[in-house]
Amino acid sequence: MKQIDELSPEQKVKFYQKGTFTVGNRLVDQANRTVQASMARSNAITSGHRACQGCGEALGARYALDTAMRATGGNMIAANATGCLEVFTTPYPETSWQMPWMHSLFGNAPAVASGMQAAMKAKGRDTRIIAQGGDGGTVDIGFGCLSGMFERNDDVLYICYDNEAYMNTGVQRSGATPGGARTATTMPVGEQYPGNVFGTGKNLPRIAMAHNIPYVATASVAYLQDLEAKVERAMQIHGARYIHVYVPCPLGWGCASHETINLARLVVETGFFPLFEAEHGRVVRTRPIRSRVPIEEYLRPQRRFAHLFKTESGKAAIAKLQAMCDHNIAEFDLLREEEETGR
Amino acid sequence: MLKQLEGSHAVAEAIALCRPEVICAYPISPQTHIVEHCGELVREGKMGRCEYMNVESEFAALSACIGSSACGARTYTATASQGLLYMAEAVYNASGLGLPIVMTIANRAIGAPINIWNDHTDSMSMRDAGWIQLFAETNQEALDLHIQAFKIAERLSQPVMVCMDGFILTHAYERVDMPTQEQVDQFLPPLQPRQVLDPSNPYSIGAMVGPEAFTEVRYLAHDKQMQALDVIPEIAAEFRDIFGRDSGGLIREYRTKGAETIVVTLGSVAGTIKDTVDEMRDAGEKIGVVTIGSFRPFPGAALRAALQGAKRVVVVEKSFALGFGGVVANNIMMSMQGTGIHVHTVVAGLGGRPITIPSLHRLFATAVRDELEDVHFLDLRWDIVKAEIARQRAQIASGPVAESILRNIQSDTAGQSASQGVRA
Repeated sequence: MKQIDELSPEQKVKFYQKGTFTVGNRLVDQANRTVQASMARSNAITSGHRACQGCGEALGARYALDTAMRATGGNMIAANATGCLEVFTTPYPETSWQMPWMHSLFGNAPAVASGMQAAMKAKGRDTRIIAQGGDGGTVDIGFGCLSGMFERNDDVLYICYDNEAYMNTGVQRSGATPGGARTATTMPVGEQYPGNVFGTGKNLPRIAMAHNIPYVATASVAYLQDLEAKVERAMQIHGARYIHVYVPCPLGWGCASHETINLARLVVETGFFPLFEAEHGRVVRTRPIRSRVPIEEYLRPQRRFAHLFKTESGKAAIAKLQAMCDHNIAEFDLLREEEETGR
Repeated sequence: MLKQLEGSHAVAEAIALCRPEVICAYPISPQTHIVEHCGELVREGKMGRCEYMNVESEFAALSACIGSSACGARTYTATASQGLLYMAEAVYNASGLGLPIVMTIANRAIGAPINIWNDHTDSMSMRDAGWIQLFAETNQEALDLHIQAFKIAERLSQPVMVCMDGFILTHAYERVDMPTQEQVDQFLPPLQPRQVLDPSNPYSIGAMVGPEAFTEVRYLAHDKQMQALDVIPEIAAEFRDIFGRDSGGLIREYRTKGAETIVVTLGSVAGTIKDTVDEMRDAGEKIGVVTIGSFRPFPGAALRAALQGAKRVVVVEKSFALGFGGVVANNIMMSMQGTGIHVHTVVAGLGGRPITIPSLHRLFATAVRDELEDVHFLDLRWDIVKAEIARQRAQIASGPVAESILRNIQSDTAGQSASQGVRA
């Protein structure tokens, strides 16, 4: 087999994303291309890992970490919580990580990363630290460690890949599962119980903002240049930073694997998952909605919401979800003219 | 240099001499004075470029140590009791990842009922976690063991717990011989990590391992523990060469020559036991003491050799496996299989109950007359226990056991008011 260095530059980068809704790459001009389309990209997670077809988390992690690699000149280390990302990238004795990477436990990725940055400080090195986990590892079991990392303002970027349930263990409810969703532990039973209950769960970007850390952002894998810009901005700042990336899971959500990007876009266009950036606890930039979409369009392709369309209580749940979208749109002023944002 | 120091402060100053790069801790009695003094020394600039991290829990404390140690930094933490249990998941993880972290355990009981005083239940609960577990008899030994612990940990790339009795050692002022920085530097070279997270040579640490390799991985961890049976005495010998005193090692024998009865113990109670044994020896009784310095790896062969000539072995331990018996005694029974030597378990000093010389005298006198039962509870108040068992059998017990005991013996006003509360 030929070594990678012997291959021509064109062969070094593979393009898989035919026939999807993926933005960027070869169809846009050079300046607007994503890191992934560059011949010189760092390739933090190499191909050949065992993620499912259409995995939003694999895509999100690849773009986020490649960007961070570029921003730091490859001088970085990542800590990973237990979860899909850890399992599909490191079945012993193989690894997909072409960068120093560590997995310790489900609940301690932020603390492990804090220890890493302390070690770097003590050694006088400028190696940057990134921690990453799924929504379960972030909003539930790792929450205490994450809050501690924020509170100390440790020089760590924490990236949460949110697919709204515990996908690695068989799609159980997490603190980030939306109301009405069907999971293995929130089965829709009868008129009274249309899936996950409303009014519970955690909005971690807001909790992160309440810690007054220098930078908090939300992103979606449908807007990859936006994700890259946010990771790049985050790596220019020292102190605790948090990026919450929306990553659809075809397996857990019961949608076609080619729907990943479409759903990741719809969740933003409906207003259900507003994209914003906050500095020191204050929202400084939001991404306006180009064409507003009713929440049904986002819910319909997903089997986890299919029951909502069948019963009266389900319809009431859809109305509640729509009300949440409307609230977000009003609160973040998402329907304003785009010029205001300068994007 | 001789100094009169509190045990905790002696340990913190020994840690400073070891040039740690990251110290991460969460306070819990009776460990607090150690981390307080570490914090003080870092702030005063007496620990060089050491980073002192204040974290939100023991789980985070050891997790941060895992991150820092994986980056090749010499890393230290300390805890006790509930704190050790709270970090249990990370305790197993640190050893599985082969990280040379050193942690002090200021031994303390585990609740409920909540109790802050000394016994060994906490570190014994981590018996199978893959950490090397060293036990200190005195503050001098606690100080010395910490210096050795870094060397053992780093030579084997395996974490080490140094266990010292909470309050009895940690809060006691004793004269200690504090080594010089030159001596420690000569003994303890800078950390050469076996595996390190480094962008110039990327490693993945903590991969998922399936059934095809897991048993082998666990066996290799066991093999490393067995190597420690050679490394611990070697390092104790190197320590003697530089510091000029005996400290550490696997086991310590005291007046065992020709002994028919040998008492085996660990931790600070060894001093009281040696005093008692001295009196009995002088009165003509053939009795000796063996102290265990390394509980994990368990020095089975060394103990077998030391106990070979005895008629009976009395294990005095401050730990107790509910529903079974003694934790340490069980390990000794395994090592003594086939020798026919009878091993008695004595559970003593739980939750800080004093182990007195008169009690030990009575105990050992019973043992030499071959009248000691297999599992004995030193100074257990049978009147209270029997009354409570009878009461529980007579009626459905109301409230926690500790409260009903206080009520039965009407020993204090808290008990009385509790009982009044129940009646009302």
